[in-house]
Amino acid sequence: MQKTQVKLWQGVKTLRDDILWELQADKVRDYVKRGKRLDERGLYDYRPFKIEFDFSKNADGSCRVTLGETDVIVGVKMELGEPYPDTPDEGSMTVSAEFTPMASPIFEVGPPDEYSIELARVVDRCIREGKAIDFKKLLIEEGKKAWVALIDIYVVNDAGNLFDASSLASLGALLTTKIPKIEGENIVKGEYIGKLEVKKMPLLTTFSKINDTIILDPSINEEKATDARLSVGSTEEKLLCALQKGLSGSFTQAEIEKCFDVAFEKAEVLRTSLKSALASHSG
Amino acid sequence: MEASYERPDKRRIDELRKIKIVPSVLSRAEGSAYIEWGQNKAIVGVFGPREALPQHIQDPTKALVNYVYRMATFSVPDRKAAKPGRREIEISKVSGEALERAIFVEKFANTTIDIYAYLFDSNAGTRCAALTAASVALADAGIPMRDMVSACAVGRANGTIILDPCKEEEDAEDAVDMPLAIMPRTKEVVLLQMDGLISKEDWKKAFELGVKGCLQVYEIQKSALKEKYEKVKKEEQAVIEYLNEQLESAEDAEDSGETLAGGENLER
Repeated sequence: MQKTQVKLWQGVKTLRDDILWELQADKVRDYVKRGKRLDERGLYDYRPFKIEFDFSKNADGSCRVTLGETDVIVGVKMELGEPYPDTPDEGSMTVSAEFTPMASPIFEVGPPDEYSIELARVVDRCIREGKAIDFKKLLIEEGKKAWVALIDIYVVNDAGNLFDASSLASLGALLTTKIPKIEGENIVKGEYIGKLEVKKMPLLTTFSKINDTIILDPSINEEKATDARLSVGSTEEKLLCALQKGLSGSFTQAEIEKCFDVAFEKAEVLRTSLKSALASHSG
Repeated sequence: MEASYERPDKRRIDELRKIKIVPSVLSRAEGSAYIEWGQNKAIVGVFGPREALPQHIQDPTKALVNYVYRMATFSVPDRKAAKPGRREIEISKVSGEALERAIFVEKFANTTIDIYAYLFDSNAGTRCAALTAASVALADAGIPMRDMVSACAVGRANGTIILDPCKEEEDAEDAVDMPLAIMPRTKEVVLLQMDGLISKEDWKKAFELGVKGCLQVYEIQKSALKEKYEKVKKEEQAVIEYLNEQLESAEDAEDSGETLAGGENLER
């Protein structure tokens, strides 16, 4: 009986337009006020997620993450570049994000807008400041040649919380990234000399404040009811590495500190799943 | 056809690569499909018919078919710029025109039907894979069509006419590459491109092989859609059974004068 009831609720997901999600916002608020969520999750529960590695063979590393119905594909390409003048002994990385127009009825074709730029920059900050990659190890020749990791995020279906899905998929892609072989000045296609070393596993954990209640991993209808959003990047040592507050609402200090505690705990859950997915992938 | 030619992936010369199609993979698009065609991987999302904006692009006689073909930066051996290139724009144009023939565009004046096809991994024949999936996604969206559009490429490598060339064969010295799409019921050609030098006789041979390939693709498209609707049917059945149970218990409640769990009393 319970199962069928869930099915009936899932019928709601076929609502196509964003307006319809917005109409659900009041119901979401009402539920959250009573400490409940429309999909029967706990306030600090993630939706079920799935991690798939090597989605693209032509990428040097790739990962697809589905978080609930949110679907994100990330690919990494290693390219040769010149180190930046202020860090002549380091390689570098770039993160960019594309919200494909099939991901939502409100996305359009075109150059990255402020939303995709914010997403890319927050994911970048989390990986960079969380010291996932040792950029010194990407150096080939001081001041002249170093590896550049180009991380490209493609949002395929936006069903809420693109931040956590993208950060998880980006880290997953980096964990499977291989370093190409070089001959003279050029990269030899399809041949690799080893794997990219990933030292730390920083991940984003995103909260949404609805009225005065804080929930983890907002789905699309919850995002429409959100007053303020907070993304917390944290490492396995329970260190904070990136923060981003979004939308027009506000947080109190106590709320932010509570988010940190939940973030440390929940990021570890993601991290454990990522590790075991990786182990079964390579094993 | 020479029996001596051995293909890099050991296929027969008239054999397609392995194709897998899954419709309805995106919850937020009105129709969608995922396709694996050899190494090629594409996801297609469909929206519409919806109002065409800005207004001046609207056509009062028919729906616009807006087909967008894109390759992910990491989907090719050398990283591609994120900005769409001339190749992607040309493929988008001819593929959209191919689908326009199949869609009853005249029924949806002033609207647009948006089809977005993204490739995440590639190895030759990506436009055919994307177009094949797009046709399934349109059917999944419930957009009225005259027929499916089924596509595959045919070509020549090392003097042999081959179905569905892979990258290595496309790069052969005497390579001919001909992407082809038909509407299988009438076998009319809706997409045809070719590059390479070929005699009329060889072209005819290649074309006929291509049509055969498209018909095989058509069968795969049909079975993918059929599978989806069989699943839907099962789910509907479960919902009907559930509702019947509810009705029955409501009747029981009515008999005993109790209210339903939802707080509503069916007695008026």
